[in-house]
Amino acid sequence: MLRNIKEKAGMLFVSLMCAIMLSPAWALATEAADMAPVPAMGDPDWWKWPVILLFVTFVMGIIAVLGGVGGGVLFVPIIGGFFPFHLDFVRGAGLLVALCGALAAGPGLLKANLTSLRLAMPVALIASTMAIVGAMVGLALPTHIVQLALGGTILGIVAIMLSAKKSTVPHVPQADALSSALRITGVFYEPTTKEEINWKIHRTIPGLLTFIIIGFMAGMFGLGAGWANVPVLNLMMGAPLKISVATSKFLLSITDTSAAWIYLNKGCVIPMMVVPSLIGIMLGSFVGVRLLKVAKPTFIRWMVIVILLFAGLKAVQKGLSTMGISLF
Amino acid sequence: MSQHNTQATEEQVLYADILEKGMFAGLALMVITFALYVLGVMPSIVPVDEISIYWSQPVHDYLVAINTNFLHWETLPVGWSWMKLLGYGDFLNFLPVAILSGITIVCYLVITPGLFARKDKAMAIMALAEAVILTLAASGVLSGGGH
Repeated sequence: MLRNIKEKAGMLFVSLMCAIMLSPAWALATEAADMAPVPAMGDPDWWKWPVILLFVTFVMGIIAVLGGVGGGVLFVPIIGGFFPFHLDFVRGAGLLVALCGALAAGPGLLKANLTSLRLAMPVALIASTMAIVGAMVGLALPTHIVQLALGGTILGIVAIMLSAKKSTVPHVPQADALSSALRITGVFYEPTTKEEINWKIHRTIPGLLTFIIIGFMAGMFGLGAGWANVPVLNLMMGAPLKISVATSKFLLSITDTSAAWIYLNKGCVIPMMVVPSLIGIMLGSFVGVRLLKVAKPTFIRWMVIVILLFAGLKAVQKGLSTMGISLF
Repeated sequence: MSQHNTQATEEQVLYADILEKGMFAGLALMVITFALYVLGVMPSIVPVDEISIYWSQPVHDYLVAINTNFLHWETLPVGWSWMKLLGYGDFLNFLPVAILSGITIVCYLVITPGLFARKDKAMAIMALAEAVILTLAASGVLSGGGH
């Protein structure tokens, strides 16, 4: 009974946080902080922002696990839209958030053979190279342009989440020449059906070319790219869903590494922002995994879509307002 | 009956082992260095109660401001210049970030000889190319932060 109450309290907490984050009052308050002139003296209440960040990223970690999305895709639009930190630092921190999540999950997925290193290596080579280019372009462009493009991308992610289908084990009649030459194939054990599933991939060249765009966007916006990796690996290249999800998670540890170095070398890392974010999102992920047993996936999925929709619109609005265009 | 083996390959397990060690080392160090910084055990370049003045500025303005107000260097503190400031709590925190960002390079370099030895040339060349690209990104040459 006590456990039941705890679970219900947890879900109520998640819902409450979403309601707070979606509240116009919160948006206006943070907008005011964002627009405030730079004070001449230090802020005696400086500590409140890392504490709020720790709390919000903790909730974000829970939602990310329950919604099946990476931390970075929630982190950048929400922290960039509603906190006083400049987008340059938010993108740097977002990459590190996504990177740490991938580093934490990577070893286990590799050892369980759910991540395929042979599938990941060519994809990572292209995506990480383009992530470097994306990071350099993103840091060279004016902030309002990046904000506007980020908003558009987030709204695009919402569209993908609403429309993309998934295929547990896609039908691949024949492996193509390139994937055969690179021996990108494997076997995994599916415990639900107690079957060993042989998998292979096709459309390798179009798939690899798509990662040019995915890598660029990951570097430019500081987003993890799981939202794009999984549909391409699964639906386009024909890797089974479990292999696609696991390989995508591992891929972020390589793609985000290359872009993270660019942000680090450009000075876009403020430890007072980065460390609370990493601790918050990791603690939230641990709690999220425990709540996963009782959470209602459809509700969580819709909650993530609504949060991203709001955060995307907020990013567009911030970008346009800098250009003197009022959206609302 | 399937002739296939569902076990991970040798290089995959090797990669995972190194990644795991680097990840735990980086995260543990991050908690320690942040505690030293935020509890005031070590001095910091930018006082903790003044950091909120700077974090809302674009990165270039932030670097100019902290250089003008605290560092007084001839060039902005970009690239690997944080290494010179490891005696300060705020910049000491760059060390675990660099470990977490750098461990993938080590993983690739370690698996490459094995791939060459097994005559898996395409994958070996890709592993080497990835290590070179990540090293270039880390060096600061690509982002103009190498000086």
